[in-house]
Amino acid sequence: MSIDLSQFHAVFFEESFEGLDVMENALLELQPENPDSELINSIFRSAHSIKGGSGTFGFISISEFTHILETLLDKIREGEEQLDADSVELFLQSVDCMRTMLEALQAETEPDTTRADQLAIMFQSILTGASAAEAKGLDVPATGASPVIQESVLPGSDSIPDSLAGFHIEFTPEADMLKGGNDPVRMMRELATLGELTSTPDTGALPTLRDMQPDVVYLNWCMDLHGDMPLEDVQEVFEWVEGECDLSISRLGGSADSAPEVMPSNVAEAVDHAPDGTSTAATKTKADEQESAKPIPDAPKTASPAKPAPAPAARAGKAESSSIRVGIDKVDSLINLVGELVITQSMLGQMGGSGEVITDDHIGNLREGLVQLEQNTRELQDSVMRIRMLPISFAFNRFPRMVRDLSLQLGKKVRLELRGEQTELDKTVMEKINDPLVHLVRNAMDHGIESPNVRADQGKDETGTIVLNAFHQGGNIIIEMIDDGGGIDADKLVAKARANGIVGDNEQLNQEQKLDLLFAPGLSTVEQVSDLSGRGVGMDVVRRNIQELNGSVDIDTELGKGTTFRIRLPLTLAILDGQLVTVAGQTYIFPLMSISESLQIDEKLVNNVAGGGDVYNLRDEYIPILSLDSIFGLRTEPLSYDQSLLVVVEAEGMKVSVVVDDLMAQQQVVIKSLEDNYTRVPGVSGATILGDGTVAMILDVAGLIGLAGNQKTMAAGEIAGSAA
Amino acid sequence: MDNVQQDKVPAVAAQAASMVDTINQEGFQDLQQFLTFVMEGEEYGIDILNVQEIRGWDNVAPIPNAPAHVSGVINLRGAIVPVIDLRVMFAFNEARYDENTVVIVLKVESQRVNRIMGVVVDAVSDVFSLSEEDKRPPPNVNQNISQNYINGLTEVKGKMVILLDCEKLLDIENH
Amino acid sequence: MTKILAVDDSASMRQMVVFTLQSAGYEVVEASDGLLALDAAKSGHFDLVLTDVNMPNMDGIALVRELRQLEAYKYTPILMLTTETAGDRKMAGRSAGATGWVVKPFNPDKLLATIKKVIG
Repeated sequence: MSIDLSQFHAVFFEESFEGLDVMENALLELQPENPDSELINSIFRSAHSIKGGSGTFGFISISEFTHILETLLDKIREGEEQLDADSVELFLQSVDCMRTMLEALQAETEPDTTRADQLAIMFQSILTGASAAEAKGLDVPATGASPVIQESVLPGSDSIPDSLAGFHIEFTPEADMLKGGNDPVRMMRELATLGELTSTPDTGALPTLRDMQPDVVYLNWCMDLHGDMPLEDVQEVFEWVEGECDLSISRLGGSADSAPEVMPSNVAEAVDHAPDGTSTAATKTKADEQESAKPIPDAPKTASPAKPAPAPAARAGKAESSSIRVGIDKVDSLINLVGELVITQSMLGQMGGSGEVITDDHIGNLREGLVQLEQNTRELQDSVMRIRMLPISFAFNRFPRMVRDLSLQLGKKVRLELRGEQTELDKTVMEKINDPLVHLVRNAMDHGIESPNVRADQGKDETGTIVLNAFHQGGNIIIEMIDDGGGIDADKLVAKARANGIVGDNEQLNQEQKLDLLFAPGLSTVEQVSDLSGRGVGMDVVRRNIQELNGSVDIDTELGKGTTFRIRLPLTLAILDGQLVTVAGQTYIFPLMSISESLQIDEKLVNNVAGGGDVYNLRDEYIPILSLDSIFGLRTEPLSYDQSLLVVVEAEGMKVSVVVDDLMAQQQVVIKSLEDNYTRVPGVSGATILGDGTVAMILDVAGLIGLAGNQKTMAAGEIAGSAA
Repeated sequence: MDNVQQDKVPAVAAQAASMVDTINQEGFQDLQQFLTFVMEGEEYGIDILNVQEIRGWDNVAPIPNAPAHVSGVINLRGAIVPVIDLRVMFAFNEARYDENTVVIVLKVESQRVNRIMGVVVDAVSDVFSLSEEDKRPPPNVNQNISQNYINGLTEVKGKMVILLDCEKLLDIENH
Repeated sequence: MTKILAVDDSASMRQMVVFTLQSAGYEVVEASDGLLALDAAKSGHFDLVLTDVNMPNMDGIALVRELRQLEAYKYTPILMLTTETAGDRKMAGRSAGATGWVVKPFNPDKLLATIKKVIG
């Protein structure tokens, strides 16, 4: 029967990546001088699992690499080899290497074994006596040289002529051989499948019935096995009971110089036998080898070679997987709630049954039933959303390693503190917040935390601290990144912005606006953009990513003391807290998080800017007024200002206000994409279905600002054109 | 095999042969079914395999800054489905919306186009079967309707029916 | 119906073994470590036990030892899933009372052939 093993690949990859995480965390926690044996064991087990699985599923390159890792780890846990900081470093690099190879295999491409081969040679040298430091210093050419470990292939017994017709076997089990579950009858049955078997039991040792014990072997056998089978097959039948029997196997019609193949009762003895062409050691090892070393071709090799290596897909394959592990408690809670929903529904169903006249009594019950229904639905909604939620530890996980590597690289001392790791958030939100968090931490390490000398001079602890903190607050998740570095110099930011023409020379900014400049595109206050954080991902992209998640980010900083970035994110992407408004008879929805305030318009505070639109004087801040009537082409004669309300919103660092006819309820709305059946609509981020079944558009404030800007330029162009 | 009465075989064979003839003649394998509808007095037809359902005219939420022929979106059992007014798209006279106005919900699943969309028409007529032979190539006459959307012409019960290409109709990006 | 207890801390290995055995008509119960396996063994009646060696909470060798203490499992065939390098593990398993072993990596056919040898 042929079983398609590829159906198990996905699980193998998932658990292997988890195993690598376990290995990495344990390695980071290890104190090389005094290693915790439980940590070493868990590292060993992870490597062992990956090796076993990769071998089984045909991923040879991983299997071979992990093999040498496992060999060294085994010696370490047995106390035969010592662990030190250098070897820990090598192991950490191996984890990286395996991750990359597994990702390649997951994307069904051939993994690059260059680094693995180099590391293997280094490990091999440790096994043969070099110190880890020496091994690290090995100048190993990246020529893809295959590691030195080879299963030594000893000469086998293929020199034995085929014409001999079988074997003579003498088998005397030890009295308690049965205790291991081995049964002589089973062995003879197996022998019989190899050829024609005749056997003669020797009953000499049989006691009387009274003295006979059922679990003791009293018999031994003389057997002749006729047929043309290799010696290894015969030996294999008895391989489990070696050491628990006396066994001799010799060729039938044997000539004088074919020595009896004796299976000694002690394995160690076998190894000591001088290996000649027909020695038991040789044949035994070959027999072992034959079982295990059957070449299992690398699974990817059988895939069509013409498949292009999809590099982004490989990243995507790991970063945004389409499955999720759910704790069974969440599933059970869901099942319970659905059960309650069914009860409520059947209760309502009874009351509203066909043919029944609905009386006043019924109304009371119906009302109660509806209240119950609302509660059931709300609880069900919460429960379902929780299924998509995972603890943020999955995202925080990569930071200990990153901080460690970066501090070595930058020559700074930094300690990472993780808080609130069990705080849960939506899986997709977590995947998307990863990159922004990485960038923020990189920034903090690069520009925030000062070098140990500078810190000492300032009377600070040489080791800087970065804290990643997550907690729930009012239906959102807050993620803080706090560093005790040098803080952000707001005035320096302003100066740089002025130099780049982003800010006018005479423009006055308050503290908030100054710090906001950090997110302005193209602004960098570092003289040399260090390779780390200047990598094409600017702070503007960070903020945009956060806003695309309907979130927001704030900065708090104090020169010399440190900086806090505070990211606010909704718990889920599918549902939005919205503010319903009406304009021209249509209902629109603002994301609640984007609204800073709503107010009645005081016409005296409205000013007109020449060539532009209107602005509102909000406590001495001039905020542009946007009109949906003009942006969306609704009414040619909108309501006058004194009949309208103003909603002040923020997007992309800009504060604007939107005129609306009326403010309605605030409610949670389910976000539906317009792009499923239509196309992207500028100014609109999606649609939702209201309680009355009508469709309402969810506004995209950044898009509205863009549209308004375009229209102004177009209008200005028309004016210019007509004036010409 | 021994039990088959030899003398019956020729008769069975002949019957089978005549059935095959009939099938070939009527072109069963080529038959397509079309839903026909009316706009400005003209009959149009679309492949019934693309028709998901037929609804009356209902509340449509306008899409900001959408082209004139896009009426807006409706709530189709929880899905947001756009509705285009074919009468506007084919540049007929002012469109009217009354009790008879009908929205045909079309569904196209091809490589290029994969969506559900509603089209507004005056009224729905009937369903007809047509084979390839019944279809004639589109003429170059009617300047109102872009040639792109027409698959061909046919005649049913004495009336000319203009066959429309659903995939192109639903290919909003390329209107 | 022949019942087999399959023990391995690797989910992908368990899945593969369970699938293979079930396809061959055996009834299979799985466990992810020695402790859970011991519980399962006590409450079920298994004709064969397949176990990995390296597992958290209770490893394969300890499991074999514990099983042999139980009256019901004194002679039940117990096979260890072991890698070819772990020669001493094989011996340790044997002295704990294991019947034999299946060498990793193995393919499904090899597994079934070995099981057939033991329980037919």
